[in-house]
Amino acid sequence: MSCYQTLLDYGLRSIGIGERLLPKSDFTLCEHFVLIGSGFVWNFYFGIFALMFGFFLANAVAVAKASHNPWVRKPAEWFIFIFRGSPLFIQFFLAYESFVLLPRVGFDLPLGFTTITVETSWLTKAWLGALIVLTLNTAAYAGEIFYGALNSIPKGDIEAADAYGMSGWPRFRRVMWPTIMRLAWPGYTNEAIFLFQATTLVFFSGFPAFRQQGDALYYASYFSAKTFNPFMAYPVIAFYFILITLALTWIFGLVNKRLNRHLPQNLKARIRLRPQLIR
Amino acid sequence: MFDSCADPKTLEGLSWFLCFLTSGKQLLFYRSFFIVLILLAVTAPVALAFGFGGAMAARSRIAPLSWFGKGYSAMTRGVPDIVFFLFVPIAMDQALEMIRHKIKCPEWTDPIFRGSDFVVCQQAKFPLSTSPQIYHDLYAFTLAVIAFAVVFGAFAASVIYGAMQAVPRAQMETAEAYGMTDRQAFWRIMVPQMWTYALPGLSNLWMILIKATPLLFILGIQDVVYWARENGGYKTEHFDYPHPDWRVYYFLVLLVFYLLMTKGSEVIIGRLTRNLSHGQATLAGERMRRAGR
Repeated sequence: MSCYQTLLDYGLRSIGIGERLLPKSDFTLCEHFVLIGSGFVWNFYFGIFALMFGFFLANAVAVAKASHNPWVRKPAEWFIFIFRGSPLFIQFFLAYESFVLLPRVGFDLPLGFTTITVETSWLTKAWLGALIVLTLNTAAYAGEIFYGALNSIPKGDIEAADAYGMSGWPRFRRVMWPTIMRLAWPGYTNEAIFLFQATTLVFFSGFPAFRQQGDALYYASYFSAKTFNPFMAYPVIAFYFILITLALTWIFGLVNKRLNRHLPQNLKARIRLRPQLIR
Repeated sequence: MFDSCADPKTLEGLSWFLCFLTSGKQLLFYRSFFIVLILLAVTAPVALAFGFGGAMAARSRIAPLSWFGKGYSAMTRGVPDIVFFLFVPIAMDQALEMIRHKIKCPEWTDPIFRGSDFVVCQQAKFPLSTSPQIYHDLYAFTLAVIAFAVVFGAFAASVIYGAMQAVPRAQMETAEAYGMTDRQAFWRIMVPQMWTYALPGLSNLWMILIKATPLLFILGIQDVVYWARENGGYKTEHFDYPHPDWRVYYFLVLLVFYLLMTKGSEVIIGRLTRNLSHGQATLAGERMRRAGR
């Protein structure tokens, strides 16, 4: 079987398109690359959407934690404490077990042109349940990073904004927020990288892989369990992850450049990869 | 455990609950918390030693050793740690059995990797298939400890390497001026001073290590997650203590356990930071000197 045929059969296996049966024996290097790569669709999906939703939530959490009103501050502090202080692995289990207990009902959600039925059982599926956990988790970690940045906004910036007669939302939007982003960006880059790495936990915790449709690590461990040879599947997944780390560093580096474009050359914050920040 | 628990079917209310919480399976669940604590107690020093060795290798003047050290500390940057947790135990296990196979059964000519099988002779199996269960458990646990130590050693290596670089150059120059050899300057000046720079990174690492312990479950160890799933699941009338699906509550207990662990660590690390800053050539140390402490 040619490698092109393998790609057609298993390229999108992880989302249920193509051949249903997984290869059983005589695995080729091509099959390793294709199937593990197809599992990466899930890692991408979780990583990108959790990062997107988590970003907005993290901003809200950071601002809430900096608030003077204890009714706003305390929940934010507890939210950050719970999600940063406990293992993501346990969070997945706990979320899954509580979602399973929910009564199975459906709601009709009119969208204008069509109506979709939202079912609570979706929460027990990885695509929604795990995404929610990952989003909350990254929001807590990024929220703490943004909160730290919020506290290190130079005093002069705020005073200058006050002198211009800015306050409230315009001051936040035009003076504080860009500085928060600029200061937090190197830390946030690391957070994004480790969020992508954390997506590998999804199918190893409570959430089951439906019809053997799992993420990259799911297939890698499938191969190594079948072949008893860990020296093939794991280097392949490591290769993919190094690629994605490089890509993320590059994209976030571009944003970092834009955030720092008004600063003199020698003051620009450089992004350093630091492994200390994983969950 | 108690005599009154002899026939749990007759119990009700609080006494049922007390008996349930002291039943054999529950005691195993409690014991598994100690497995987590033992893992932490064993892994932390081993990982620290790995990290120290890695950092020393990275600083070495011998190029291949320095490459090895730098490669080791860079190892976990791009690849998820869980990949290493899955990879290291299998690789270690196979390497060990392969070496034993070569020594114990040299007359075998069949290949070890046969398609989708890994076959070594009976005597080369480790632990032997006839040895008692406890050895199998201990072996699995040892492999897990090694996997954790390798991964966290890599993290620690980059932290310690950075801390060594952060020791002010003037301190080392003073040591040289006093006529210390490289070795003396390293052990007497750099190593005692680097801890204050390494502590933020290492404490962060300790937190990560705590939060990585549930991954033992993936390595097939009967840890807290295993027993939470086992005991929490729905129990029919055939069991001594039938109950509905209580896994949520078990995992809530685990969540609280980990929150307490991380919170407690934070408090202790705060104290340690204060102690380590004492008499150091840093801002915090200077502040303490001024305050006369």
